[in-house]
Amino acid sequence: MSETNSAPRRGVPVWAQIIVWVVLLGLLVVVAFGLRRSQQRNVQVGDTISDFMLKFFDGYTYQGKTDVKLSELHGKVLVINFWASWCKPCEQEAPALESAWQAYESSGQVVFVGADYVDTELEARGYLKKFAITYPNGPDLGTRISQMFRIQGVPETYFIDQNGKLAYAQIGPFASEAEIHAIIDPLMKK
Amino acid sequence: MKRTAWMFLVIMVLILGWVNRVSAQAPTPSDDDVNAIARQLFCPVCENTPLDVCPTQACAQWRALIREKLSQGWTADQIKQYFADQYGARVLAEPPQQGLNWLVYIIPPVLMLIGVYILFRAFQSMRKPIPVETDETKINEPVSDEYLRRVEEELKKRN
Repeated sequence: MSETNSAPRRGVPVWAQIIVWVVLLGLLVVVAFGLRRSQQRNVQVGDTISDFMLKFFDGYTYQGKTDVKLSELHGKVLVINFWASWCKPCEQEAPALESAWQAYESSGQVVFVGADYVDTELEARGYLKKFAITYPNGPDLGTRISQMFRIQGVPETYFIDQNGKLAYAQIGPFASEAEIHAIIDPLMKK
Repeated sequence: MKRTAWMFLVIMVLILGWVNRVSAQAPTPSDDDVNAIARQLFCPVCENTPLDVCPTQACAQWRALIREKLSQGWTADQIKQYFADQYGARVLAEPPQQGLNWLVYIIPPVLMLIGVYILFRAFQSMRKPIPVETDETKINEPVSDEYLRRVEEELKKRN
C-alpha cells in the first residue's frame, strides 16, 4: 500500500520579496519627485533669486566684463528677458525692450540682460542685429538659468529688485514700452 | 626617351598629389549623416520629439548646425556633447552615465532578473506533486514527535 504525499510548496524567498518591494518603493519615490518638479510653477513674486552667471555673446559687455552675476547687481534693478530667434512673439517686444533699455541705461540703476533660450548662435546674432539690441545678451547654456526660473516658454521677462527678490514676472510679450516703465519706475523709487 | 618617361612620371606624381589634396577635403555631410546624429538627440523645445523628425523651423536650424559641425570634422560624440553643453543633458536620447542616471541602466535589467526568478519559482511550485511511497510498517514505527504519537494511539483506540 502506498500513499501519495505532495512535495512541500515553497514560495518566493523573503529576501527576494524584500528586494522587490524596496525597488518598487524607490521607483515610486523617484516618480513622485519628478512629478512634483514638473508641476512646479514659475518663481513667484517675493522669492529670492539664486545667484547665476550669464556669459555674453562676443561683442557684448557690461561694465567692461563679458559676463554678469546676479550677486554683482545688488542695489540695482535687473531685467532679465528670455527669448529665442525662433520665437515670433519675442519679435513683438524686442523694440520695446531696447527702447526701455536706452531710457534707463544712463541712470545706472537698471540693468537689462537677455538670455537666449535653446537657440543657435548664428540665428541669435541675426535676431540681435535685426532689432539692434544693445543691452547684453548671452546664451543660456544648458538651460540652467531658465530652469532656475522654471520658465514655461519664451518670451518671459523677470524683474528683480535691488535686494535680489523677484518683483514682477511678465509671461508673454510686452504690448508696449509703457508697460515696462510702469513696472520699473515704482521699483526705482524704493 | 628615358628622360621623357621620368618627366612624365614626376608630373603624374605631382598631379596625383594635388588631386589627393582636393579629395582629402571633408565631403558635404549627407542628410543620412545628419539624421544619424539627429536621431540621437531630442528637440530641446518640443517634448519627446527626436530631432531627425521634428518639423519646426528651430529643429531645421539645429539639423543645419549638426551639418555644419560635421563638415568641420566634428565626431558624433563631440556634436552630442556640444548639444548637451548648450541645451542640457535632456536633449540626449541616451542619458549620460553619471549621477542618478546610472539608475536608468541598472534598474531595468535588475528588475528583469528578479521577474524571471519569480516566474521560475512560480512555475516550479505549480509542478505536479512528486509521489512519495510510504510503507505500512513505517506507520507502525514509533513516532518521535510526542504529539503525533498520542494522536496515533487515540486513532488505534477508536478503530
